[in-house]
Amino acid sequence: MAILSKEEAQAILKKVLSYSKADSCELSLSGSDGGNIRYARNAVSTAGQISVMDLAVSATFGKKTGVATINEFDDASLQKVVKRAEELAMLAPENPEFMPLLGPQTFQESATFNAKTAAITPDTRAEMVGKSLQVSKAANLEAAGFLENSTRFNAIMNSKGLFAYNKGTDVSFSVTVRNQAGTGSGYIEQGFNDLDKMDTLALSKIAASKATGSAAAKAIEPGKYTVILEPLAASDMLGNMFRGFDARSADEGRSFMSKKGGGTRLGEQLFSENVNIYSDPMNPEVPSATWTGDGLPVKRTQWVENGVVKNLSYSRYWAGQKGVEPVPFSRSIVMEGGTQSLEDLIKSTEKGILVTRFWYIRSVDPQTLLLTGLTRDGTFYIENGEIKFPVKNFRFNESPVIMLNNVEALGKPVRTGSGMIPPMKIRDFTFTSLSDAV
Amino acid sequence: MKRKDFLYLSGIGMGALMLPDLSAFGNPIDPLQALEGVDVKIKKELADVALNAAKSKGASYADIRIGRYLNQFVATREKRVQGVANTESYGIGVRVLANGCWGFAATNNVTKEAVAKAAEQAVAVAKANAKIQGEPVQLAPQKGFGEVSWKTPIEINAFEVPVKEKVDLLLNVNDIAMQNGASYINSVIFAVNEQKYFASTDGSYIDQDVHRIYPSFNVTRIDRESGKFQTRSALSSPMGMGYEYMNARPEDKVSGVVTRYKGRYDMLEDVKSAALNAAEKVKAKSVEPGKYDLVLDPSHLWLTIHESVGHPTELDRVLGYEANYAGTSFLTLDKWKSKNFKFGSERVNVIADKTQPGSLGAVGYDDEGVKCKKWDIIKDGILVNYQAIRDQAHIIGLDESQGCCYSQGWDDVQFQRMPNISLQAGKEKLSVDDMIKNVEKGIYIIGNGSFSIDQQRYNFQFGGQTFYEIKNGKIAGMLNDVAYQSNTQEFWNSCSAICDESDYRLGGSFNDGKGQPSQSSAVSHGSATTRFNGVNVINTARKI
Repeated sequence: MAILSKEEAQAILKKVLSYSKADSCELSLSGSDGGNIRYARNAVSTAGQISVMDLAVSATFGKKTGVATINEFDDASLQKVVKRAEELAMLAPENPEFMPLLGPQTFQESATFNAKTAAITPDTRAEMVGKSLQVSKAANLEAAGFLENSTRFNAIMNSKGLFAYNKGTDVSFSVTVRNQAGTGSGYIEQGFNDLDKMDTLALSKIAASKATGSAAAKAIEPGKYTVILEPLAASDMLGNMFRGFDARSADEGRSFMSKKGGGTRLGEQLFSENVNIYSDPMNPEVPSATWTGDGLPVKRTQWVENGVVKNLSYSRYWAGQKGVEPVPFSRSIVMEGGTQSLEDLIKSTEKGILVTRFWYIRSVDPQTLLLTGLTRDGTFYIENGEIKFPVKNFRFNESPVIMLNNVEALGKPVRTGSGMIPPMKIRDFTFTSLSDAV
Repeated sequence: MKRKDFLYLSGIGMGALMLPDLSAFGNPIDPLQALEGVDVKIKKELADVALNAAKSKGASYADIRIGRYLNQFVATREKRVQGVANTESYGIGVRVLANGCWGFAATNNVTKEAVAKAAEQAVAVAKANAKIQGEPVQLAPQKGFGEVSWKTPIEINAFEVPVKEKVDLLLNVNDIAMQNGASYINSVIFAVNEQKYFASTDGSYIDQDVHRIYPSFNVTRIDRESGKFQTRSALSSPMGMGYEYMNARPEDKVSGVVTRYKGRYDMLEDVKSAALNAAEKVKAKSVEPGKYDLVLDPSHLWLTIHESVGHPTELDRVLGYEANYAGTSFLTLDKWKSKNFKFGSERVNVIADKTQPGSLGAVGYDDEGVKCKKWDIIKDGILVNYQAIRDQAHIIGLDESQGCCYSQGWDDVQFQRMPNISLQAGKEKLSVDDMIKNVEKGIYIIGNGSFSIDQQRYNFQFGGQTFYEIKNGKIAGMLNDVAYQSNTQEFWNSCSAICDESDYRLGGSFNDGKGQPSQSSAVSHGSATTRFNGVNVINTARKI
């Protein structure tokens, strides 16, 4: 049984804590149960079912910490893992950045668990993939995709009385549909906590229509274009930027958030006025755990308001150094938008490029957050508010910071990965070369 | 270790290791305990339980991998230790063929009962999926090897070297960097030991002990006044070696604009150069975009080989099995069948080799019990072969697998992964100095940097660590903001000279990602310094 209830997890952790002789002790217990199907060329290629549970013990004497983990749960094994952590702590060098443990905290109850998702079987997965294959086979197209689901739990407890528990489910699906000639390709991906929201048939139809629609793409000159980024494409660009909202690297002078002459860009107008970004683990569309690994409660945090940087994330250590409150980062990022649909954004565009997604994004210059990568699986030319024809893929060299200074319009946010991102219209997006890849 | 965890651990500006992150990549254990292997007899008994259980439930083929994966990670920054982790991950994975379809199940509960249950689950998964399966899996025949073993030929087991010795070395490295003007430094030593046991219904019981090591650092130099910063990372390479890699001999050093290493590495020497290079980079002039002849050092070229030769010749990509993730390949079967597809100039000879000593891909047998070998991929510029495993061999007319099957752990299913893919050195005598003498307008690039390539491997863009302008046959100082963009076939056809064997060195990666769920594998790429004519260089400087 890899998935323990709150009471079962609490009972094991209390028992483990009773074996500890260290100055302080932190425990983390986690388990997951899940499976997947991978398919390609309209047939299943690999599939599996995996179940794991682990206990980690961190023991500290003074500022010397040792960590050990185990995946056996009889009393002798639990005693052994505590002893091993304590022995390692005695051998470890002092950590000048060690922070005293937090006492009991109050956490909101998260909405990450869904019973239907937890009940998925190998047959459910086969049926869901079967629906996707129906679409590709009926249209004489070729599908390659991946369906994965898991149920997870995490619990932490420490010797100062802190305890937290979270249980969650996930189901994620992605599919690439290509035509037989290899001249057209379409893609879609979606992830939810709740199985009922996942429609592999409808999603596969979107990918199939992109595969057909993107065939026989024309080459147009690279350069600066107005682009409409679908939420997936926008999220590909922004994911890299969110990781840079770290106060410490900004203070140290090695981030795009560092200020010339020292300090950070906190409080500066770094983006267009229509850019608003927050994170909230209680957002019902993208719920996540309400606590961090070291036991800090995670709450709604405004990162950007009207283009101004309102918060950077501070670890407990760095917050202590800077005399501020710690600010944990959350997975549930929401970029606010408007009410327009993707179609509305296209209709209002005189000339532009519609991008389904980006691929192989890598940092070129961390100073400016310049990224390079390519468009993939459906790139189209827009003229006078209509999609005119598919175009060959481009390589871009662009910074998301520059991109968010060139926002013309934002649509309605949708869930992409663990965030909510709107489709967006951006001017002067820099494409630097063409690619023959389909 | 999984890619994301490694990236987390090696990340710059990260704080001390936190509890949940450690548990993500295995169980931290006492170093001495890690040295005791699991008894082969016990592993054989468990294996037979799984294979029999699978067969009794209707599997036509089954294999089991009993894996004990050890990692040791020592990470420091400036004057302090950020984390010391000894981790272990132990468990079993069973793969079966039933009703013509693959099924896989894994558990960390290594008892006879749990192993038998996993085998039964794998059969149930295969049968459920057989209902939506197209063509049945066709497995190339493989003879059983009986009870055999293989071990990486190491001189010093990195896990036996005291942690203190590694911490002292890294703190010394950091000290040298700071004394030479660095603003920050992160340094790491990462050691891997895969103790893996494979058994199959073909009659193989293979016990292997695989070792790898990777020392690395990243120096940052900040100019507060201008707000600019530059980094220079280590010119080391991850290797399939023991701790002897850390003890460079004079013959391992390659002199030039900066010392580079073959065979073994001198971290203390390299970090001093890195601190000085980072300071030079802050002041270097920004490149004028245009066409340049590129002279690429093996510490840089390995990544270009990896992305533009290694990946497009993976047969699973060619066939479409990676279409939903890593992508497909422009090297379609018709190009290979034509026997005249000109991948590169006639100087370009690339081989696949799973046996090369010191390389990351070297093992005795792959993860489906096939004995390792070497073969030609590009011969005199022509595409002649791919990289295949047992269920793909028949597609390219082979009657046996090429031994490219690998899984990152016991809980992931094995699939086709890249063997070491290396560019052969030039046949005629040619030194780096002599190569540079003939270049009128060029850039000499050392170390790997930013990299990006499309999903069929046509269009790529690469950066580097340090860039030197070549003017009329001479090095004319350092450049900044350099990246080159090209098309794979055009690029390899512009290859105009390759230095001789004396300059041949290995580079490589611990973290090549592919598959869903994504798996990481380690692979080496050898080459000598190589020249490419008239490549498009862009300027990457921006203002925000």
